[in-house]
Amino acid sequence: MAQFARKFRQIPLHLMLLPGVILVFIYSYLPMAGIAIGFQKFMPSKGMFGSKWTGLDNLHYMLNMPGIGRVVFNTIYIASMKIALGQIFPIVIALLLNEIVRQKFKKIVQTLIYLPHFLSWIILGGILVDILSPGQGIVNQFLGLFGVKPIYFLGDNDWFPYTLVVTDIWKEFGFNTIVYLAALTAINPSLYEAAYMDGAGRWKQTWHVTLPGMMPIIVLLATLSLGNVLNAGFDQVFNLYGPAVYESGDIIDTLVYRTGLVDMQYGVATIVGLFKSVVSLILISVSYWTAYRFANYRIF
Amino acid sequence: MYAYTAGRRAFEYANYAFLTLLSLACIFPLVHVLAISFSSSSAATAGLVTFWPVGFTTKSYQYILDDPSFIRSFGITLERVALGTAINMVLTVLIAYPLSKEARQFKFRTVYAWYFVFTILLSGGLIPWYMTIKSTGIMDSIWALVLPGAVPVFNVILLLNFFRGLPKELEESAFIDGSGYWGALWRIYVPLSMPSLATILLFTIVGHWNAWFDGLILMNSPANYPLSTYLQTILTKINMSSLSTDQMKALAAVSDRTAKAAQIFLGALPILIVYPFLQRFFVKGIVMGSVKE
Repeated sequence: MAQFARKFRQIPLHLMLLPGVILVFIYSYLPMAGIAIGFQKFMPSKGMFGSKWTGLDNLHYMLNMPGIGRVVFNTIYIASMKIALGQIFPIVIALLLNEIVRQKFKKIVQTLIYLPHFLSWIILGGILVDILSPGQGIVNQFLGLFGVKPIYFLGDNDWFPYTLVVTDIWKEFGFNTIVYLAALTAINPSLYEAAYMDGAGRWKQTWHVTLPGMMPIIVLLATLSLGNVLNAGFDQVFNLYGPAVYESGDIIDTLVYRTGLVDMQYGVATIVGLFKSVVSLILISVSYWTAYRFANYRIF
Repeated sequence: MYAYTAGRRAFEYANYAFLTLLSLACIFPLVHVLAISFSSSSAATAGLVTFWPVGFTTKSYQYILDDPSFIRSFGITLERVALGTAINMVLTVLIAYPLSKEARQFKFRTVYAWYFVFTILLSGGLIPWYMTIKSTGIMDSIWALVLPGAVPVFNVILLLNFFRGLPKELEESAFIDGSGYWGALWRIYVPLSMPSLATILLFTIVGHWNAWFDGLILMNSPANYPLSTYLQTILTKINMSSLSTDQMKALAAVSDRTAKAAQIFLGALPILIVYPFLQRFFVKGIVMGSVKE
């Protein structure tokens, strides 16, 4: 009898999970089953069970799409630059902020630098289109003072990928700076005293105490960011690009959107998306495993 | 802990100067747009505006507030934020609590946890997701904006880690006093995790306010667009068509520059209003999420 009661005591816990389980099943697991669309000549009117199976045709089509190599290259190129600079820049800023003695100044800087993080790429896109315009954009006006000819940052293939990277860092660096600053405050002050006693100047203290103290969190965040190698930032690219810069700025996610929802080639778009999902799954698994193995990090 | 040399002093001045410039670079674009939105269209078109309105006028704002589509999409966004945030918060709490139990206490915990976490690792991709939502028949309704993202798995992880840090004795004493799991969750866990819940709440509100893509593809009629989607179609429209540099210049010279600036600013305004609250919880929130023992 006691065992019987014990068994049913957990029912409330199952009940609490039930709505979430159902919603996740419908909106996350059913789409996974929908990957089947990638192996069909999918017609929305016939549905997944009525459409014709075409085996790997869509995959062949994808591999022969003109510019597919270019798109994969753009994705990895833009994402890698964002990952690398998105790690380094906040570390430098956190170190510089750490040197500031006046707490009030430090607080104000922190408050201002992570404001862009909370604005969407719609708002920031609108702002960037205005300030980067070659006509009366304030950036080109400013550069004009030094005799620089107007640069079409969002419409020139030589500039577009780097504009993406710089504006992305601009939006997000404040966020990571705060994480690194938090790691800095956890360093034991007596380490600095000991280093000072041994004759280390400020520079050497930074090199031999501060940086090693930050290393675990640097390694952790770097490892976890590896899962993003195919995430070049759909929101940003979609709101800033145009046909003029497809060559340098089209990425996998935007290609999937255009192929699937604009050109209605559902099967092909699904297979391109699947390719991305599978590679990302491998990358994320490897990075989480590495983080677990070497930094003892677990998400839950 | 250091000698105050001339070099050190030079570094400090340079450091203050650099960080000041960097901070300004983060807000000047917004200030610039704000200045344009309050300027006369001739001044804005001539490119005379920097960081202060030239020929001050509120015409752009009057123009927008008279625009029925703007007001309508604003209303849809309010509805979305209210409904979506409520659903997200309730589900986050309800899922995080059972998952925060140890496997000894709740045997199926690990199975459930992987069930949710797996969705972070693999997704079906855009097209199957779109087709699924289409076949559930909620397209073109407010439910399309709140149900597909009803379970924010990252927030669940954040909260369950917080729940785990709370002393177990509190819950045990509640059980002894005759309370069940619902009572323990409602009377002990929720009140004790108010700061974390506030953090998650603010992030959720900002997330719903900023979301635009689902509105774009799941709403067939522009009349159902939430504000961010509506702004997306307006603010980045120029970019979507293929224009040469000269055409671009010509288009930009149309006086809708001030109107767009005003729309940008109104779109950002609610975020700016909650920002002081956001940043108070912000550090706590991200440290909780990314740096933990």
